[in-house]
Amino acid sequence: MPRINSPAELEEFRRSILSKRSDDRPCITLCSGSACHATGSEKVAAAIVAELENHGLTDQVEIRRTGCHGFCEQGPIVVIYPEGICYLKVKPEDVCEIISHTFKEKKLVERLLYVDPTTGDKSSYEHDIPFYKNQQRLILGLNRKIDPKSLEDYLAVGGYKALTKALFEMSPDEVIGEVKAAKLRGRGGAGFPSGMKWEFARKAPGDQKYVVVNCDEGDPGAYMDRSLMEGNPFTVLEGLMIGAYAIGATEGYIYVRQEYPLAVDNLSVAMKEAERRGLLGKNIMGSGFDFTVKVHRGAGAFICGEETSLLASLEGKPGEPKSRPPFPANKGLWGKPTNINNVETWANIPVIINEGAEYFSSVGTESSKGTKIFSLVGKVNNTGLVEVPMGIPLRDIIYKIGGGVPKGKKFKAVQTGGPSGGCIPEAYLDVKVDFDELMKMGAMMGSGGMIVMDEDTCLVDIARYFLEFLSDESCGKCVPCREGIRQMLKVMTDITQGRGKEGDIELLENMAMATQGAALCALGKTAPNPVLSTLKYFREEYEAHIKEKRCPALSCKELIAFHIDPERCKGCGSCLRKCPANAIEGGKKTIHVIDQEKCTKCGTCIEACPAAFQAIDKLSGVPVPAPVPQEKRALA
Amino acid sequence: MDISRIDQIIDNHNAEQSSLIQILLDIQAEHHWLPKQALDRVAEKLDVPMNRIQHITTFYKAFSQVPKGRHQIHVCMGTACHVRGAQRVLDTISDATGIKAGETDAELKFSLETVNCLGCCALGPVMVVDGEYHGNVAPAQAADVLKNYE
Repeated sequence: MPRINSPAELEEFRRSILSKRSDDRPCITLCSGSACHATGSEKVAAAIVAELENHGLTDQVEIRRTGCHGFCEQGPIVVIYPEGICYLKVKPEDVCEIISHTFKEKKLVERLLYVDPTTGDKSSYEHDIPFYKNQQRLILGLNRKIDPKSLEDYLAVGGYKALTKALFEMSPDEVIGEVKAAKLRGRGGAGFPSGMKWEFARKAPGDQKYVVVNCDEGDPGAYMDRSLMEGNPFTVLEGLMIGAYAIGATEGYIYVRQEYPLAVDNLSVAMKEAERRGLLGKNIMGSGFDFTVKVHRGAGAFICGEETSLLASLEGKPGEPKSRPPFPANKGLWGKPTNINNVETWANIPVIINEGAEYFSSVGTESSKGTKIFSLVGKVNNTGLVEVPMGIPLRDIIYKIGGGVPKGKKFKAVQTGGPSGGCIPEAYLDVKVDFDELMKMGAMMGSGGMIVMDEDTCLVDIARYFLEFLSDESCGKCVPCREGIRQMLKVMTDITQGRGKEGDIELLENMAMATQGAALCALGKTAPNPVLSTLKYFREEYEAHIKEKRCPALSCKELIAFHIDPERCKGCGSCLRKCPANAIEGGKKTIHVIDQEKCTKCGTCIEACPAAFQAIDKLSGVPVPAPVPQEKRALA
Repeated sequence: MDISRIDQIIDNHNAEQSSLIQILLDIQAEHHWLPKQALDRVAEKLDVPMNRIQHITTFYKAFSQVPKGRHQIHVCMGTACHVRGAQRVLDTISDATGIKAGETDAELKFSLETVNCLGCCALGPVMVVDGEYHGNVAPAQAADVLKNYE
């Protein structure tokens, strides 16, 4: 394993890798991100290896286990190159057919192809699937082409070209100038101009400086950082090194949530690979630039995504925020100038250096350049990671890419920006998504979680949910956040459990203003956003809960009841067999009745009741009809 | 408890005070909890006061100072899982096991924890038993999964 000592040697090595590969050699790739692990990609991988051996194809077909492709709803995903044939939801027992059909007989396995839920059209190739077709994957695109642990794969797709260019053709100031000209804004949520932040750290006095990757992706509902870190750790490292060179740092830290073990593993392997080749460590490629990096696992605290808390945690202390200024750019880790950026921000850097600021700033809107990865989840047909140019209308993301709301339900709202964000109702779906437009709406970009909600989602409960999350995650250092969130949560809990009273809404508004104005860090300052935005757009839902003790979405447990309609019940017993609480009485050919005392309102009975009968209703705000007397329950 | 193994973990991190959290994470990963003996040893070898260790172990969610069950159940309560009915899954598991989130049963069979987001949002609701993920679980199915554990 010789070290690479110069850019010429790197290119030589790259050429030798590429000479062994050809674009038309058959290659079968399997998504092995965390979500596909959960749906069984390990077993599929084993089956692929075994089947290729059975058919004697081991030497002719390459297998590549890649990171996340982003279409997690349909995992595990198998893509066969050079054609780009895409099979979805692949099970181990499908593999035999895939190998024999696709490689031997050159036919497609029809049942594993993508079917459009609205039109019923099939797509044989990856690039034809609407979910992929309407995206622009500048950052995530490489995930499908590389094995995250293979430096050779990364070099084959042009890896380390940006670092070479920065180290050998640009001065640190030129690198910063390029990032400033690209108008890149931080992808962690607040959208601060990255080039400016780098410049502050570069100009800060001091010899020892640090760069840090923030992969403490705590926002529930967002997982793009995880997929980048798991699927392409080399590109994050490359971006980090370019930043270190520009700022004048020789040491870096990568802070990863402990909930992301696969990200830690893949990253550690990538670091070892880069070290062995001399692409990390002392005198990188003979340039005289030294850089070492350490991985630090978080220990389960949402607040550690806030930069000052993250630094405290890196020092081995409890992650409590400090007031700024001084900003980390002047006094950060161990009191030295430190630059912290989010994973996705770092991953944008190689693209900017390779393609140039002009190209990068041609994508996006006036104020927000480049692409943004959103995790499109919740009540939407195609859940997964979506990378789109800034400025795309929300409607396109949800309908063109996401394929709309499942089961013919009605769209109600989309929640962006996690616990600090807000809900956007249908009337505003044509808003162009960028940092400033979302802020105007009372939502925010945040880390890019985008949770779609339909008519069955209660928005009062969603606001309560975020407060509960934040109350749990508030570090407790400052009173406005610790007590403000707790008291708001108390009121919200009362409202959703039928104990709401006149004046609660005004009280919530008052507490929200106080918390917003007085909290120490962004967690507390933005905590009231979910409440304020739902009050702004869905006030009538609050009023229904308070005045009529009715949940319009029929979702708040304390305000609903399940009732079997005696007219429609056929006495089949499906609900009785499935009820986990034994709350249903009935027998053969008799009308079934739910014992309201025993019912835990889990909803299993509604799912169990045959679609032809639909005998079970959810009621809210009205009294439950008295059960049919015993003697009248027999069905003819 | 094997003190030499604790020493080994501490030495892997060069006994640096700044690695306190990393050391505790490694001990937690091996034992599923942090025995008092282990914490005493860490305090002694790193020369940090016990109150600082207590501050860390109570601040961060990954640490437990009580023994855990043989099987760890994690139910994801992230937003995406929440809107798809995670609460109902959790309630059903609580009914089936007789323990609430954060508790361990008397036989040390199950420990039930909630997690605020596992990052498998596309598969919600998600539950994990001993590291094995179950996606798109319905409440009744969640109770069935637990029947496979001794």
